[in-house]
Amino acid sequence: MRFQLNGRDVDVGAHPLRRLLDVLREDCGLTGTKEGCGEGECGACTVLVDGEAVVSCLVPIAHVEGCSVTTIEGVDAGRLQRAFMDEVGAQCGICTPGMIIAAMSLGANPTRREMQRALAGNLCRCTGYEAIFRAIRAADRARASVDGAQVEGAATTSTATDR
Amino acid sequence: MASSTERAVGRSVARKDGIGKATGQALYADDLAFPGMLWGRTIRSEIPCGRVRAVRRAFDESGFTIVDYRDIPGRNVVALIELDQPCLVETDVRHSAEPILLLAHEDRERLATARVDIDYDASPPLLDPEQSSVVFKHIRIEKGDVDSAFGHADLIIEGTYRTGAQEHVYIEPNVVTAVPEEGGIAVHGSIQCPYYVHKALVTLLGDAVSHVRVVQTETGGGFGGKEEYPSMIAAHASLLALKAQRPVRIIYDRTEDMVATTKRHPSVVRHRTGVTRDGRLVAMDIDVLMDGGAYVTLSPVVLSRGTIHAAGPYRCDHVRIRGRAVMTNTPPNGAFRGFGAPQTQFAMEVQMDRIAESLGIDPVRLRERNALRSGDTTATGQVLGDDCSALETLRRAVKRSRYREKRAAGAATGRGVGVSLFYHGSGFTGSGELRLASRAAVELTERGVRVLTSSTEIGQGTRTMHAQIVADALGIPYDQVEVAQPDTARVPDSGPTVASRTCMVVGGILQRAATELRSRIGEMSPAAYFAAHGPLRIEAEYEQPDWIRWDDEQYRGDAYATYGWGCNVAEVEVDPVTLEVRPVRLTVATDVGKAIHPALAIGQIEGGTAQAIGYALLEHVVMRDGAMANSQLTNYTIPTSLDTPPIDVTLVENPYPGGPFGAKGLGELPMDGPAPALVNAIRHLGYDVREIPALPEVLLRHANGSSSSAPWSAVGGVAPSSVGASPS
Repeated sequence: MRFQLNGRDVDVGAHPLRRLLDVLREDCGLTGTKEGCGEGECGACTVLVDGEAVVSCLVPIAHVEGCSVTTIEGVDAGRLQRAFMDEVGAQCGICTPGMIIAAMSLGANPTRREMQRALAGNLCRCTGYEAIFRAIRAADRARASVDGAQVEGAATTSTATDR
Repeated sequence: MASSTERAVGRSVARKDGIGKATGQALYADDLAFPGMLWGRTIRSEIPCGRVRAVRRAFDESGFTIVDYRDIPGRNVVALIELDQPCLVETDVRHSAEPILLLAHEDRERLATARVDIDYDASPPLLDPEQSSVVFKHIRIEKGDVDSAFGHADLIIEGTYRTGAQEHVYIEPNVVTAVPEEGGIAVHGSIQCPYYVHKALVTLLGDAVSHVRVVQTETGGGFGGKEEYPSMIAAHASLLALKAQRPVRIIYDRTEDMVATTKRHPSVVRHRTGVTRDGRLVAMDIDVLMDGGAYVTLSPVVLSRGTIHAAGPYRCDHVRIRGRAVMTNTPPNGAFRGFGAPQTQFAMEVQMDRIAESLGIDPVRLRERNALRSGDTTATGQVLGDDCSALETLRRAVKRSRYREKRAAGAATGRGVGVSLFYHGSGFTGSGELRLASRAAVELTERGVRVLTSSTEIGQGTRTMHAQIVADALGIPYDQVEVAQPDTARVPDSGPTVASRTCMVVGGILQRAATELRSRIGEMSPAAYFAAHGPLRIEAEYEQPDWIRWDDEQYRGDAYATYGWGCNVAEVEVDPVTLEVRPVRLTVATDVGKAIHPALAIGQIEGGTAQAIGYALLEHVVMRDGAMANSQLTNYTIPTSLDTPPIDVTLVENPYPGGPFGAKGLGELPMDGPAPALVNAIRHLGYDVREIPALPEVLLRHANGSSSSAPWSAVGGVAPSSVGASPS
């Protein structure tokens, strides 16, 4: 089975019905993707397939043949990851890789409602989600301030106007 | 030396494990590789009560390691408070999903499909705790003269309150790997209390091993759910590993984790309260029943904390609290954040709103009138010091939430507003901390110092907070402090990571060890001292404050060294068609003594509040024939990002002089308040709900005052107000 994994071509000799989650963790040694329920409810195993967030516990490996798969080890989300650290968006941390990947789908200056919807498939039992929202807003502010340095007058406020 | 160092305590410094978790590099128990490892599986009873007649193995046994109770070299028990729970069933089955046989194989497919048939002689199970006469523990707390005091009451209000079981739903299921090493056994796992596991394995394995070593790996949530049960899993993995002489991993899938492991104790609490017309509590008679499940496990101490907190944070001269934890043929219930206090304070706080309703007094005013002040005594006779903040948290939450105007707007807005006032004792109850005699140490390293404790990081921020305390006690930068991985071969027994004690109690021991280290090394920096003189390790032991007096027989005295205090204001809407409750906002004021790390402290409060919202409104453990019937995340639902309303937290810092930098316990407190605040908000909209989870079916039963039992009895001519809410 050939696919792209974190930007590199891989060829995995796995049964076509093996779960993408198991192939990633066991065959490819990428343990950043977690299993919380095995039934697509918790989102801890979220990865990107061709840029789309999917729960890898429900994806047979045959489905990603020829696709581009990105895990937490390969994401380009440094600002978001730093913000999760700074804002304590991660407590026990087991949902964090999936949460960060799900949050990557959000656009600029997200509202609370938009964040709630984007993360609705990712369960966190530690934070009550508030610190995760703070992390996403902080990452967005950091992005906006970098963009703002290039584009004069860019909005840099994304504080909780909708709270 | 480093007097110019910026203090770490009180600042939200970078958490030690933050970047590893955000990048996926942190290694959890199932991320570790052990060469030659087998996978383990547990064969469990399918009936709640009876005897095993025969175990028939109907599979090709090649490559399998098979273990039953006869393979246990020591005692067939999971050692905890009592030695009553077997590690593996011999003949008697006392609950569904009880472990009987263990299998291990390197091929997970063959392991999963191996067929084992068990023949039973089934007996009728005891499933209703109210019918159970097998009592694990009785507790009686008596203050004043309750029976006479009722004679001075203008009104007596009675009520029965019920709370359901709750599943922890740590997102990482239970997982442990046992590895034979040099005649002994090492266990690496997702574990809250490494020394509990150590004690259980020593009892189970006896002389068959030269040593037992327990290592906590990164842990994906615990909430009490990984307090006692990992001893069972570690025991199973160790038996298989010793027989196979290979590493064995047992990992539960979500269903097994939900079916087999502990839950929060379901409870029935009955209140009889005498009050004066102007709203003074004159007598309280409280009866607490907790369903312990099939074995004793932690039920006596859960009951203890539950009964001690049952009268709420209120002054009352005449209080009687009777509690009992009973046996049923269900999997043992166990530790869960709050540990009995959420159940009893739910009952107390809903009772308070019913009292307010009966008297026509605003619920906040009733609480103001009765809230404990410094100098007051609790139900156990403890005299409170200046670290009592009941009124302060009440006032802060009421003001910040704009409770009064929202409550007055009332039903017209379709938004119910409810309040709860609560407290939570920090650390082990009574003489518990003295018996634990916890130890913790600090040692010099090339770069600074290392913290050595068995306190585990399970998300709450143990590593970070301990490092902050030690950094400031030594006067060195936070990043020169590292925290050792809990490994019973390396760290002293600091007691379990439970009971809101990790910051206040263990942090306090560390502060003393670090202060002692500082006096030893004088003006030199730790790194310079290490370079000049080599290793130095200072260990300190818990010292009980000399004023604490506790009588275990009479349940009198200083139940806890201090208490955290909290007030919640909940706002809800109820869908008029589906009767679903939508929480709109929770306002939380919490006295934590001192927030060592404000962001972590707020995170604990927000997270605990969300978990309690689930407890109150969503999380329904459906038991069928003694087994959990909805053991999946598809049908046991916890709050998602869409279900969780904004949680607005205010920290109050009224220091406890005996805690490190004034800190009190914090972890469990936020679990106590949201359920009654939400149910009181639902009550404000006219639904006489007295149980949780407050599912639509429950609201339907209790809509428009159609409660089945008489909620009050009037004495002295005070007419009860109609059930439902009168904005007052």
